[in-house]
Amino acid sequence: MNTRVYVCVCLFSILSLSARAELSIQITQGIDNPIPIAVVPFAWDGEGVLIENVAGIVINDLEQVGEFRSLSRSNMLSMPNEEREVFYRDWRILAQDYLLVGKINRASGSQLVQVQYEFFDINREMKLAGEILTGSVAQLRDIGHEIANVIFEQVTGVPGAFTSQILYIVSEHVQGDDYNFRLEKADYDGARAQVLLESSQPIMSPSWSPNGEDAAYVSFETDLPRIYIQNIATGQRRQITNYPNINSSPVWSPDATKLAMVLSKDGSPDIYVQDLNSNQLMRVTDHPSIDTEPSWSSDGRSIVFMSDRTGQPQIYQIELGASSYNVERLTYDCFQCMKAKFLPDGVNLVHVRREARQSPNYQIAILNIETLRVITLTNTSLDESPSVAPNGSMIMYATKFDGRGVLDAVSIDGRVKFRLPSSQGDVREPAWSPFLN
Amino acid sequence: MGMQHNQFLKISLLVISLVTLAACSSTSETEEVIEDNQGSSSSGSSASTTSAVSSGGQLTQEEIRAQNALRQTVFYFDFDVAEFKPADRDTLVYHARDLAANPGNRLRLEGHADERGTREYNLALGERRANGIMNYFIVNGASRSQIEVVSYGEERPSQSGQTEQAYTRNRRVEVVAR
Repeated sequence: MNTRVYVCVCLFSILSLSARAELSIQITQGIDNPIPIAVVPFAWDGEGVLIENVAGIVINDLEQVGEFRSLSRSNMLSMPNEEREVFYRDWRILAQDYLLVGKINRASGSQLVQVQYEFFDINREMKLAGEILTGSVAQLRDIGHEIANVIFEQVTGVPGAFTSQILYIVSEHVQGDDYNFRLEKADYDGARAQVLLESSQPIMSPSWSPNGEDAAYVSFETDLPRIYIQNIATGQRRQITNYPNINSSPVWSPDATKLAMVLSKDGSPDIYVQDLNSNQLMRVTDHPSIDTEPSWSSDGRSIVFMSDRTGQPQIYQIELGASSYNVERLTYDCFQCMKAKFLPDGVNLVHVRREARQSPNYQIAILNIETLRVITLTNTSLDESPSVAPNGSMIMYATKFDGRGVLDAVSIDGRVKFRLPSSQGDVREPAWSPFLN
Repeated sequence: MGMQHNQFLKISLLVISLVTLAACSSTSETEEVIEDNQGSSSSGSSASTTSAVSSGGQLTQEEIRAQNALRQTVFYFDFDVAEFKPADRDTLVYHARDLAANPGNRLRLEGHADERGTREYNLALGERRANGIMNYFIVNGASRSQIEVVSYGEERPSQSGQTEQAYTRNRRVEVVAR
């Protein structure tokens, strides 16, 4: 390979914004009877026009997850901005269940803005939530997501994940054998994409540290796959592994002290756990077949992984510290079951599934390991890399659309789908962040 | 959200050029050694070899076969299969003998998979394919230290697209001289 090799770490740069993959969301499948909500445009008492439309951000968030439908502005009978201007009757006539109003003021004597919002239950005629959030104009988008989080939790009882972010890989074919690979970070909806690392060699398997401050990934920048950890804010990074052969699939333990990974230094790929403080390496599986795709149980005591020890990939679980023979097989009814992770309930297993040998279709599915019921959530054929939102409500995954790699998301019940299309390159391997502070 | 910072840090890595540099020193000897070696090691086909050796500068048929075999550097695989095709066996033997005859030679076996199936499994599958060829080289006289294996899984397709033809071209092991 005579191609020029480069790798650069990008720090929150304006430059990186121009090269980002321009993701923007499309709802591809909603539910039949979404909850009607009216979001009145927020008043702004300062000069000029604000760069962000806070009410619009809230509407996008709520509609993207499919549970809500917002009332068109032109159908509103009044445009209240605070509680004393709200007449419940106006909204009941329009068959709205909920109402959000707000206003934005310049904070006196500073560059900051104050966003005051109030959220009402129309049928019960009561205010459910309200507060004043202060931030810079550049943070208005975060404030909008914050408000959407509150509304989502008030209505569904589940915390919203609209302030969460995603890591993903973009690959662009330049010419001949030359590719441009990027590790990018964006808001969950694809907005504000930033390049964290750019390389002429593949980048794979991004994963978040439990506190959301670091990313682990595999980079081939030395011509060999090696694991790195990079601080997302500072760009500072270090190489974690340099074992012979495959070094891949880094995943943080829930307590952030260890990294599960796949190494083939002893012949075939096996699961290992490296202590991040002592660098001590513990071998977890020991089998001449392929063992890969580790994920942690929520209590950090066991690891779920894929192995083709019976001839085809199936999902197994092993308790840490147990003998490597003491492996429990979790899947039986698929030709191939791969890339599995338990939902926080420890019962439902998200995975990639190929049902039958004759049809090489790979779809995202959930197996309940107690009832053995399987729900297949997607109906495209090249679906992979499922990653669950921190509130457990949705799964983002990679698939192909019009011959290009795109990121799709599906609700855990399969009813809602949205897509983040990319304007350039193949986008893949989404990793949904934990709750970020 | 510190976005005002307009920093841009660029790190160029020279590691790879060092690796290639180290490997380059041995390549010049390769061609001289090929000729006298191939005839002696292929004892089975001595009949055809002797008949072809007429004038001193001409290559024997066996030597031509060897050269043609060494020119094939990409080997394709069936879907979900890690073993190389039986039809490639003879060609691979020539590669192995060439390594055996030229202990200074180094090569890299780059394993690849098509995009179907998960990326991590394909990374492992690419390695399994390359390892299969490496082991066959060793059985046929090459030394383990001459061969480096790296798998790219499905990350570096030879042809993009979701067609059978693209998939067929992407399931491969490439023999790369170092």
